[in-house]
Amino acid sequence: MKRRKFDVAALPGKAAGELDDRFQAATPLRRLLNKVFPDHWSFLLGEIALFSFIVLLLTGTFLTFFFEPSMKEVTYDGSYAPLRGVHMSAAYASTLDISFDVRGGLVMRQMHHWAALLFMASIVVHMMRIFFTGAFRKPRETNWIIGTLLFWIGFLAGFTGYSIPDDGLSGTGLRIASAIMLSIPVIGSWLTSSIFAGEYPGDIIISRFFIAHVLLIPGILLALITVHLGLVFKQKHTQWPGPGRTNTNVVGERMFPRYAIKQGGFFMVVFGVIALLGGIFQINPIWLFGPYEAAVVSAASQPDWYVMFLDGSTRLMPAWEINIPIGDGYVIPPLFWPTVVLPGILTMLPMFYPFIEARRTKDKARHNLLQRPRDVPSRTALGAMAITFWLVLTLSGANDVIADKLQISLNAMTWAGRIGLLILPPLAYYLAHRICLGLQQHDREVLVHGVETGIIRRLPDGRFVEVHQPLAPVDEHGHGELEYVGWVVPKKMNRLGALGPAIKGFFFPIEKSAQAPVSPGQPPVEQRPERTEVGGGSR
Amino acid sequence: MSAQVHTSATGPDEPIDVHDPRLSRFEITREGARRDDIEIVHYEPPFPVPGTRGERRMVRTVALIFLLTGLAATAFLAVYIWWPWEYRAVNYEFYTPLLGVTLGIALLGIGFGILIWGKKLLPREVSIQDRHDEPSSSEDRRITGSTLQYMVDELGVKRRPLLGISLLAGLAPVGAVAAAPLVGGLISDPHKNNQMFTTGWAPHEGRQIRLTREDGTPLRPEDISVGGQLTVFPGIPEGATNKHADSPTLLIHLRETDAEQARAANQQAGKADFMWGNYIAYSKICTHAGCPASLYEQQTNRLLCPCHQSQFLITDNARPIFGPASRRLPQLPITVDGEGFFVATSDYQETVGPDFWERP
Repeated sequence: MKRRKFDVAALPGKAAGELDDRFQAATPLRRLLNKVFPDHWSFLLGEIALFSFIVLLLTGTFLTFFFEPSMKEVTYDGSYAPLRGVHMSAAYASTLDISFDVRGGLVMRQMHHWAALLFMASIVVHMMRIFFTGAFRKPRETNWIIGTLLFWIGFLAGFTGYSIPDDGLSGTGLRIASAIMLSIPVIGSWLTSSIFAGEYPGDIIISRFFIAHVLLIPGILLALITVHLGLVFKQKHTQWPGPGRTNTNVVGERMFPRYAIKQGGFFMVVFGVIALLGGIFQINPIWLFGPYEAAVVSAASQPDWYVMFLDGSTRLMPAWEINIPIGDGYVIPPLFWPTVVLPGILTMLPMFYPFIEARRTKDKARHNLLQRPRDVPSRTALGAMAITFWLVLTLSGANDVIADKLQISLNAMTWAGRIGLLILPPLAYYLAHRICLGLQQHDREVLVHGVETGIIRRLPDGRFVEVHQPLAPVDEHGHGELEYVGWVVPKKMNRLGALGPAIKGFFFPIEKSAQAPVSPGQPPVEQRPERTEVGGGSR
Repeated sequence: MSAQVHTSATGPDEPIDVHDPRLSRFEITREGARRDDIEIVHYEPPFPVPGTRGERRMVRTVALIFLLTGLAATAFLAVYIWWPWEYRAVNYEFYTPLLGVTLGIALLGIGFGILIWGKKLLPREVSIQDRHDEPSSSEDRRITGSTLQYMVDELGVKRRPLLGISLLAGLAPVGAVAAAPLVGGLISDPHKNNQMFTTGWAPHEGRQIRLTREDGTPLRPEDISVGGQLTVFPGIPEGATNKHADSPTLLIHLRETDAEQARAANQQAGKADFMWGNYIAYSKICTHAGCPASLYEQQTNRLLCPCHQSQFLITDNARPIFGPASRRLPQLPITVDGEGFFVATSDYQETVGPDFWERP
């Protein structure tokens, strides 16, 4: 029998054909490869969250191989000499083992913690981007709500995560969490007792938090992130206004190859930064805190940064206890307001904000173009107010450290926080609103009069005037007639190419310099031409 | 890929046959994009002329970065295997930083290599895609709506209401069945054994509980100097462990003048015999959020909780004088037994720890 000749070059084509016979993949794959994404640096903030989540899953899985989620009391006899012979929970002992007796365990643990901090940070900054540019408007309200939920579930993931090592610091946090649950009227004691299986701390909370931390919460996160990305894909990304960009098109790059390559590269950069952080910067050194003991605490017991605003609100709350004189009497402790009611408001208000704003502005249109923050002063001011509120709370969460380091009275810090919480947010609102209006006015001014050239001319009658470079042909009064289009107005001569682009090359010029781009980060754009219908038939 | 700037002005606008062998791959790609309503309006290779100095330089940069990645990754492996890593081994403290740095450089190398490759060597393009985000046509809406309503009609719940009612009546408990084991299994009565109102200090079989140190040894008055303080635990098995997380108590030896004030305040509050001599004992568990209120300021007789900065005045029945706490720290009545050791005469008479709804 003669052997058929085997053609290696034809193999990929043949395999692809066989695949398409079975899965009809060619058409949908073409659509995927061709999908256009707009590009702007601020669109990458959410990706940092996604990439940190992937790093969290990878490092977290490693940690579960060695962590023992048990409150069984053991006597430590691992490598870390200062704690040898100390009684502690198996959870704390196994975390010490990860840090000292697992080769490379400490760098994994620290990468996991840094990735969590980065995850929450990028979520917060990403949400600010969405808020200030109006990307949450119709049709994207659902994704905004999912994003808000992702923040709070990430918050829970972080809290359960740093609670399970059962060290001195996290035990204090857990103690406060139990007090917060206790403070809920009517059901508080039942809820706490059910979660802790009896009186605090019981002997099962670590294993319950563990399964929540490694299965339930990541499962929910994964599901919500999938829907979040799916909706971005389906509804297509928003874009900034600019040349050729309208509410009904997407101007950018096709997904493959350049866009996808940049995403892959960016993931590796995020991963690399987390590795550097995990290697160089110590985070949560639990061996210094010792095992959790109910009677031991130290000053400067602060939670991770994304929990600090709740710690701050708790510190600032006055001691207002509500007594209800029925029967033996009932109590609503002051702890209830800053830790249960406030987060409740902070969850619901943002979730409904897109609808509140649409109702207030009677806006029912679909919006695919982003707004510059200055163009919507009231929203920007509201955001500035919210951030100020949050900052005051977060700083108050560290007010004992600030008081200690700057030699300020601790009580003065608390009062500064209380007063600041009431006064600074409205002030931020006012300032942000005025700044927005000022920036708007300046944009209009440049469009009408042109860019300041810095050239002073003396007129025959002795007056001095500054020469302005108009951006477009002018009328008889020397006024331009350009409309503001919601995008950056050039305000310096260099932006108009007065000096020409920089010459590339380190010691000597290497290339003819490229033409200056019309909008930052984008090559020149021509208008889309009219075109005839393209069919599949022969020419 | 042809090495020239493509703009839509130079491309053919008439329909093309993708099987035409003369077409370049780019032309076929652009035709594919058009079928997805995408117009590639600008397509510009960064280095139109192959092999220029600029291009070679860029290629060398990327190649160098990839080689650096390989070097860093190899270094990571070498460090991982050969660097002393065990606690207190020579130079062990550099193990984790070296792993992080080598891994970080390797990953950043891949990242920046890929980014430069993509950004500097691949053609820049501007494509415009139609969004097609109009809602479905009114016809489609009508068809889908009618189909759904038709399905409801066919089920016939309106015509046969008994079906609907019985379905609800039958399935609602099934839903509860799914929830019951979870909720039921977790529920735990907070008032079992009166646990929220008792601590380890409750006299056991008529025997008063001794105040002990963390190691379980009992205390005599002379063990604490004037102005000193000590955390004490109930002298029962496991009394100093987290099993009795509500029992830690602060025993303070007040100075004479302070003790007089404290005694006077005690008498006013009907706690005349709670102190023993100049010794006074308060629960260490903050009534606000349950942290140990353990920072004792000797000069001002204040007890500060480091978690939320509640401050309690020891000489006035531990009244909260600053911060979010709204309730006094409970006082433990103490005395000295026949053998000269401190004992608690009874359990706390107020609820220890953070407040809750049904606290009387």
